[in-house]
Amino acid sequence: MQHEIPSTDTSVVHEAQHHPISLYLKVWGYLFLLSTLSYLVDYMHVQGIVRWTLIILFMLLKAGLILSIFMHLAWERLSLIYAILVPPLVLLVLVRIMTIEADYAYWTRAIFMGGGG
Amino acid sequence: MSNAMTDRRDREVLTPSLREIAADWSADQEVFRHTHWGKAMMWIFLLSDTFIFSCFLTGYMTMRASAVLPWPNTAEVFALTIGGQDIPLVLIAIMTFALISSSGTMAMAVNFGYRRDRRKTAALMLLTALFGLTFLSMQAFEWTKLIHEGVRPWSNPMGAPQFGASFFMITGFHGLHVTCGVILLLIIASKVARGHYDRTGDYSSVEIAGLYWHFVDLVWVFIFAFFYLW
Repeated sequence: MQHEIPSTDTSVVHEAQHHPISLYLKVWGYLFLLSTLSYLVDYMHVQGIVRWTLIILFMLLKAGLILSIFMHLAWERLSLIYAILVPPLVLLVLVRIMTIEADYAYWTRAIFMGGGG
Repeated sequence: MSNAMTDRRDREVLTPSLREIAADWSADQEVFRHTHWGKAMMWIFLLSDTFIFSCFLTGYMTMRASAVLPWPNTAEVFALTIGGQDIPLVLIAIMTFALISSSGTMAMAVNFGYRRDRRKTAALMLLTALFGLTFLSMQAFEWTKLIHEGVRPWSNPMGAPQFGASFFMITGFHGLHVTCGVILLLIIASKVARGHYDRTGDYSSVEIAGLYWHFVDLVWVFIFAFFYLW
């Protein structure tokens, strides 16, 4: 991620951004490629840990491209970037808690509800 | 700003970016004063929306992990028969490409907006809305197909009953976002075409609408990975 070294004059407002159209076409191409690859993961019946790793990898790459280039996050001030990217990290706590909860619910159903419920 | 107060040691230890953060957040209530207010507000809205979609996806994870019946195989559920052959997930793949293409045209619309190219900006935004409508009609087709096959929010013939609830909730809420996005794009595009932003001299609305649209695409990336491919 290229980051411009901010000028010491903080009154400068970054506004007009002139990136060449070819940049967007390139990212578009990459997104197409990554989507095709993640579709192929399913099409080729890749299973198990390899499947999940590949899916997550392609997903994160696509999300990164959209966020940094299409949404111009790569050229925003670091304060805005951190304000946007750091709060969602607490969701990992929720995911962890809910994994424990789901495990508990699963075994409760399997053992005490005769596999039904 | 008190540049005089940062001594030389600070300047050596902190990188310029970190010093910028410190300066922004220590300046009382104006952290985002360098950002267009509409853009900052849109980002904060998108952040809250991130939490909503994350709650849906986490709920889906919980339901799927705690389901005792086998989860329906999405590759088969969303397969289409084309030319006598069952192609897995093909509709979802086309929907993904439509949405990515719409993001591409939107990014270019924003770019032409900054160059104050009224005609190209409006045309590209209309194209984006068209891709969005394509996506929506395919989603309507998908919903119809599944409902005909007996998928309901409380049960389905393929397996775990939680499947229907997650499917309708997640894709429905995302579809609602796409619908709102298409309406927003059409409004902004017509304003661009009528020269509204040339008069005010501020094309930020195009970029702000673009942020929303890219976010809708971004959410789809996660839904595609976790709901359809997992």
